[in-house]
Amino acid sequence: MYKYFSINKIFSITSKAPKYILFIFIIVLSIGLTEALYLSPEDYKQSHSVRIMYVHVPSAWISLGIFSIIAFLSFGSFIFKNRNFSIISKSLAPSGFAFNIVALVTGSIWGKPTWGTWWAWDARITSMLILALFYGMYILAWRVYEDKEQVIKITSIIAIVGAINIPIIKFSVDWWNTLHQTASVNVLSNTSIHTSMLIPLGIMTAAFALFALLIFLMKYNTELIKIKNKGLDRL
Amino acid sequence: MINELISMDGYGSYVWSAFFFTLLSFTFLYFVIKLQLTKEQIRFVSKFGSLTKEKARVARSQNINKEILSNTSKI
Repeated sequence: MYKYFSINKIFSITSKAPKYILFIFIIVLSIGLTEALYLSPEDYKQSHSVRIMYVHVPSAWISLGIFSIIAFLSFGSFIFKNRNFSIISKSLAPSGFAFNIVALVTGSIWGKPTWGTWWAWDARITSMLILALFYGMYILAWRVYEDKEQVIKITSIIAIVGAINIPIIKFSVDWWNTLHQTASVNVLSNTSIHTSMLIPLGIMTAAFALFALLIFLMKYNTELIKIKNKGLDRL
Repeated sequence: MINELISMDGYGSYVWSAFFFTLLSFTFLYFVIKLQLTKEQIRFVSKFGSLTKEKARVARSQNINKEILSNTSKI
């Protein structure tokens, strides 16, 4: 059983997977874009500007999801000193950060026709900006610190402290009176969004998740080869 | 029809710029990560090439090294 989780076995899969994932991503994204920009209906209040939702919402979901995984793995790496956990966390960060920036920028573009402003310091937007700062600190720490033990400790602390912000982002629209609307898609209760908009949203979320997986695998392979490069130096 | 799709009742500039920014970010991130990967692969091949016969034999005995070399043969 354990041999299936060996680094050799993992690398033989992760090195071949990206080209297939890229192919599936392009197909799913093409369908998603057609649905989002052409087939889905306009909103009775927001008109066509609602289409920004199809890039804004999946980006926000995925950036939050990735940071939650990073925090969980960092906790694991902090407690169990598992090296692979920290490599996975490090490889997840670039795509999470990119999705966070996309969510902030597209949210700002959506804000102008909807609220009449590009930016507002409300709880949801500010907490998403704080998440971007945590992503930035996390990525920067991996670049700045040379010592392996020290960098794992510091990045784990950043991720664990940053995880406090996750429930704040999620519930900010319920806890405070914000400009940002409350959640329209709920897993545990009724979803207030119509199927004609929910389907393109689901397809775009799947496409973005595939892209996050693609970037993660490429970054993970880079990190493994980097380790092997150091191994060759020691021979 | 094309004009309608582009203008989107006056919201076109907002919608298209949001989608354009997203796809541009994806393309940029993909090529940055791809460049990092290719750089490490090239470094691995050049380091491997400079090994002595005995060290190269030891390195080749590890499956992961063989896998990296087989992937980099297309570079």
